Amino acid sequence: MSDVTVDAVHEPTKGGWFTPFNIITGIILIGGAVLLAIRFTQGLAATTNLSHTYPWGLWIGFDVMSGVALAAGGFVTSSAVYLFGMKEYKPVVRAALLTGFLGYFLVVLGLLADLGRPWRLPYPFIKSPGPTSPLFEVSLCVALYLTVLFIESTPAALEWLGLKKARKVVGSMTIALTIFGLILSTMHQSTLGAMLMVAPTRLHPLWYSAHIPVHFFVSAVAAGLAMVIVEGMISHRAYHHQVQITEDHFHRINFGLAKAAAVTLAVYTSIKVIALAIEDEWHLLATGWGAYWLVEILGFVVLPCVLFAIGYRERKLVLVRVAAVITVIGIMLNRFNVVFIVFNWNNPTGEIYVPNWMEIWITVAFITFAVVAFKLIADRMPIMYEHPDWKGTH
Amino acid sequence: MTTTRRGFIGGAIGAALTAGTAEAGTTTHFAGYPGRYGLLHDTTLCVGCRSCEVACKEVNDLPPVEAPVGDQAVFDSTRRTTETALTVVNKYVDATDDAPPVYRKLQCMHCNEPCCATVCLVHAFEKTPEGPVLYHPELCMGCRYCITACPYYALAYEFDDPLTPKVMRCTMCYDRIKEGKLPGCAEACPMGAITFGEREELIKIARERIRKNPERYIDHIFGEHEFGGTSWMVLAGHSFGELGLDEGMTHEPLPAIATSYLGVVPLVVTIYPGLLMGMYAFSKRHEAVAKAEREEAVADAIAATEEEGKKKLEAAADRAKKDKERSINMAVKKALAEAKKEAEKGGDE
Repeated sequence: MSDVTVDAVHEPTKGGWFTPFNIITGIILIGGAVLLAIRFTQGLAATTNLSHTYPWGLWIGFDVMSGVALAAGGFVTSSAVYLFGMKEYKPVVRAALLTGFLGYFLVVLGLLADLGRPWRLPYPFIKSPGPTSPLFEVSLCVALYLTVLFIESTPAALEWLGLKKARKVVGSMTIALTIFGLILSTMHQSTLGAMLMVAPTRLHPLWYSAHIPVHFFVSAVAAGLAMVIVEGMISHRAYHHQVQITEDHFHRINFGLAKAAAVTLAVYTSIKVIALAIEDEWHLLATGWGAYWLVEILGFVVLPCVLFAIGYRERKLVLVRVAAVITVIGIMLNRFNVVFIVFNWNNPTGEIYVPNWMEIWITVAFITFAVVAFKLIADRMPIMYEHPDWKGTH
Repeated sequence: MTTTRRGFIGGAIGAALTAGTAEAGTTTHFAGYPGRYGLLHDTTLCVGCRSCEVACKEVNDLPPVEAPVGDQAVFDSTRRTTETALTVVNKYVDATDDAPPVYRKLQCMHCNEPCCATVCLVHAFEKTPEGPVLYHPELCMGCRYCITACPYYALAYEFDDPLTPKVMRCTMCYDRIKEGKLPGCAEACPMGAITFGEREELIKIARERIRKNPERYIDHIFGEHEFGGTSWMVLAGHSFGELGLDEGMTHEPLPAIATSYLGVVPLVVTIYPGLLMGMYAFSKRHEAVAKAEREEAVADAIAATEEEGKKKLEAAADRAKKDKERSINMAVKKALAEAKKEAEKGGDE
């Protein structure tokens, strides 16, 4: 892992080696490699604040739980374009799929750092399967979906390499891959939530629900849409020289995504309220945890929902982008809550978990690695634009 | 129940599809292995001497207790099990003038249907027919889902071991009970507060104690039914909530709750392809219909234009014909008029 990160830094770019971008990413990545070396020689205790009561922390809460949700933009946009015929969104599909692939790659990296014995990663499939575990289903789906995202991302590489025959073969698989990707995403996005169903006493009742798999899936769709807007906000500026679509078309795409995100967040709000009603937990809203729950729902779900709706109606891109950033933060807050903030709310020793600087650094290094990989690929391959030989094809 | 299900599946990956619904639609019920062992902790007899802690460390070759027996400062904080302390005794109720303090011993409860086993994706836990839940470190990936899942906070992890970390928990001294010995803690207890035996017998003993001393005990055996029941059970004179145990827990086993959603998964796998192909077909058909409508409209427009052109042409031809006739008539008229004039002129001469 450390070898890869160091190589990524040393990739020469146009402006010489010591550009501010290279220096900053280089420091983050080398620091991350050093910390990972400590983690695999001194153990998790030396590098994390994990404990017997909080066996899952930032690496599961962010790298795995949030990473999977934020990478949902890939399946959302590819389904819209290839299955539902919303072709005007095609210019953002490639970037969304690449973000999705790198996001899931980050999930696997985070998992490898977090697992006690990461070299046993294939055990569930080759040695001793435990199919009653929701995590078994998640692992199987993530492994398969990472493969699907990889194949879905290859057209850019094959066009870049000029391998027309292979590109044609992959192109012919588009519909099948999109359907398979949507099946796998529905399954593991929701099963990530189902993983928490085993803990009705350890997760606060306001967050715990028999519907938590559906909560996870719907919030992931919102997160995926928001992430496509955020990612476009950055890459559209950084790669404006490559972008072929008009500014007006790009804005139309953003407003369309905003409309979809507003509807998704409205649906999410409804199902959260329904869970509250079904389990008759209204009285809990008057408690401290209830106030915190309201902050999460009103501040990070209802507020961006309204901002998306106004931004769409008034054609205000700024509002849409603000709403997207709030949604992305909101999804992270929700996943942190169910993994280590609200989780263990009444634990007997009264312990709390706060990640230490090394856990945060390693997580930031993984994100940086994904950003550098995106840049290296988008600098070379047709991600932000259509290759002239393959215009208008799948 | 879990155990038989797991044994039945035997690790087939395809069985993942049926995991959640393995028991749906059946009318049989597996009540657990008959004659399996358990332990009963009578907290009304426990004096907090921590002999069980000491004995547990000895029989499991773990480093000795940090605070010596008799050190009351240990009870100032609520402790939990760790990777080197598989059982700990906490004080939950302080002494009053007429009542001694109340202590409770914490360790793995050895659930009848252990959720640690259900959520393990490498099948590293097993519920043995003898009662103890065993852990197989040779299979463990170290995901720590089991530790997250346990409602009793009973599992610990060797976080400081970089290469071979293991989950650490009470084994109910499986090897000792196979040899016919008592578990270390039960043997060491000087007060007889820990009773080892067949679980069904322990329930009878507990009921008998409650019947004989109704003023001494709450009329409830914790662990008889909670989350499907446990092998370790607790008797108390104070409410179980005061003793750090959740009161009023459901009798539904946690594994059933944890896997209830997995039954939906095979539906997604089977329904989605058809549904999505249908949606794809709709969008394609929509395009095709739109295209056909466009083509028809164009054809209509062309036909209309052609018709109009034809009419215009005919009108023009008509007009030309009429013009011609008119000019001929006019020419004839003119010629006749001229001829008449000529004739009149000739007549004058």
